[in-house]
Amino acid sequence: MSAGQPPLDSPEIRRLTPVLGPGHTFGSVTDKISSIVLTRPTSLGWYVGFLIAFSVLGVMTIAIGWLIVKGTGIWGINIPIGWGFAIVNFVWWIGIGHAGTLISAILFLLNQKWRTSINRFAEAMTLFAVACAGIFPLIHTGRPWMAYYMFPYPSTMGLWPQFRSPLIWDVFAVSTYGTVSLLFWFVGLIPDLATLRDHAANKPAQIIYGMLAMGWRGSVRHWHRYQSAYLLLAGLATPLVLSVHTVVSFDFAIAIVPGWHTTIFPPYFVAGAIYSGFAMVLTIAIPLRKAYGLEDFITMRHLDNMAKVMLATGLIVAYGYLFEFFLSLYSGNKFDVFLVNQRLHGPYAPYYYALILCNILTPQLLWSYKLRHNVVILFLMSIVVNVGMWLERFVIVVISLTRDFVPSAWGRYQPTFWDWATFIGTMGMFVTLIFLFVRVLPAISIAEMRELVAETSEEEK
Amino acid sequence: MEQHRSHIYGVMAEFDTPVELVHAAEKARTAGYRRMDAYTPFPVEGLAEAMGLKRNMVPLVTLLGGLAGGLGGFGFQYWVNVAAYPMNIGGRPLNSWPAFIPVTFELTVLGASLCAVFGMLALNRLPQPHHPVFNVQRFVHASSDRFFLCIEAHDPKFHLEETARFLKGLHPHHVNEVSDD
Repeated sequence: MSAGQPPLDSPEIRRLTPVLGPGHTFGSVTDKISSIVLTRPTSLGWYVGFLIAFSVLGVMTIAIGWLIVKGTGIWGINIPIGWGFAIVNFVWWIGIGHAGTLISAILFLLNQKWRTSINRFAEAMTLFAVACAGIFPLIHTGRPWMAYYMFPYPSTMGLWPQFRSPLIWDVFAVSTYGTVSLLFWFVGLIPDLATLRDHAANKPAQIIYGMLAMGWRGSVRHWHRYQSAYLLLAGLATPLVLSVHTVVSFDFAIAIVPGWHTTIFPPYFVAGAIYSGFAMVLTIAIPLRKAYGLEDFITMRHLDNMAKVMLATGLIVAYGYLFEFFLSLYSGNKFDVFLVNQRLHGPYAPYYYALILCNILTPQLLWSYKLRHNVVILFLMSIVVNVGMWLERFVIVVISLTRDFVPSAWGRYQPTFWDWATFIGTMGMFVTLIFLFVRVLPAISIAEMRELVAETSEEEK
Repeated sequence: MEQHRSHIYGVMAEFDTPVELVHAAEKARTAGYRRMDAYTPFPVEGLAEAMGLKRNMVPLVTLLGGLAGGLGGFGFQYWVNVAAYPMNIGGRPLNSWPAFIPVTFELTVLGASLCAVFGMLALNRLPQPHHPVFNVQRFVHASSDRFFLCIEAHDPKFHLEETARFLKGLHPHHVNEVSDD
């Protein structure tokens, strides 16, 4: 760091990189954000990007179609690796889906103003990531049309789900998380839908936004209850977001498999989820602000703060890796010690070293103020972290399952073409949904931006 | 009083800033008006107090939803494991309550969240496709950059000309009559 630089939290820096660009009024934020949806012509770049993403989504449709025809034999899974890509990708996607609710709920309760311009699309990203995550356990059942077996319903067989199993906890945790995230997102959208209804120039748009806005008119009585509901939802979503990845980690930690059976899993999974979630928010925010000229709303301050959150959670994850090792060696349990050995020297060791490089070493560059303020570096870094977090789940699932207690139960795992097609296909679905979202809904909360304008103009007085 | 209700819903004043609206609401309350409503593009601090709004019912509804979700969730798991399909696994207790906590927690949050959102909408009487305030042309600004105060015709003190004069005295941008059809 250069010597003449003021401390990062000094008032000078805050003034240099505010959470909102100067000179904005209630009308200007409304017009700027709603114009992206209502008046600006759809750019060629949008069509090209959407077409590419949609084609990749088509790959997913084909891969799942073929899976339904042939069964899970088209994947690389076999005994002893029953989980494979399906669970690796499920955990990866659901982890990404943690940042949205974290930003909306926890940063809301902590009164962090910088969350305002990123919460809407982070919540959308959460919903889409949870949708991608949900596909994997569903198709991993082999007979997705029987998935309703997982829910408690009065069947003629008189059977009920095994409520003592973490897999059933997962069903409840993920479906609750999806539902509550959707509610949170929709409640936040209601006032903005009313704005779009009032600003839309053509009849179909007026009718569609009007129906979705449900006749919202901004009455003080409505706002009063709305704020209560929003605050309560934030309070409810906070423990919920922490519980979801905790329950996902129980899928592993409650089993006796070496490398899985450890009490550090819940906190370290949650930290990893937030880590990858923020990485994905950066991956989306950086091109979004560039494409739509939103640099006034998503300022360097936001990117800087998100990079700091990434750095902090990355260090928690590093601590998790370290302690996993320490506990295995300290316990003296020969299966655990053997697993450590397998991670460092086994057939999948390159994955492990790549994971350390992506998740622990590279993000240390974020300590530098200069690099945090370099948009290109930040973007690349966010991709590196996403790759690293995927590798982490691969290492956890595959190494432990291929090196069980007795050598006769050992095996190898090789993903097939269809494994990759399904995985990459879900990325296509994710990006397609993001493209549609920024085209038809305001990517930044307009009502909350107006509040921010009111607050900043009061501060200036 | 009843004759005012025929075609007029109320009189509406439009202000430029949230501060002016809060002052206007305070003055209207001091002047004795009670049946009024304010319309703003974002929640304005201090406006609910100026309008004399007390606590609302949303937290109570949310609490009830959470209790129903939690008690129902635990009770259901208890019933399944103890009554409907008891399985003796090595003599372990049927009511193995620690294993029921994750699902109980999730259903508590689910019940509370559903009640918070749908309770809020129901108490606000939404969805409501039409409302007389939408008859005012300039009301489109209520979702963008203007702040409205509407004194309603069923206020005991309401008198069309006098109320309009009173509102004009607060230096609004515009004053409009709101028709009721």
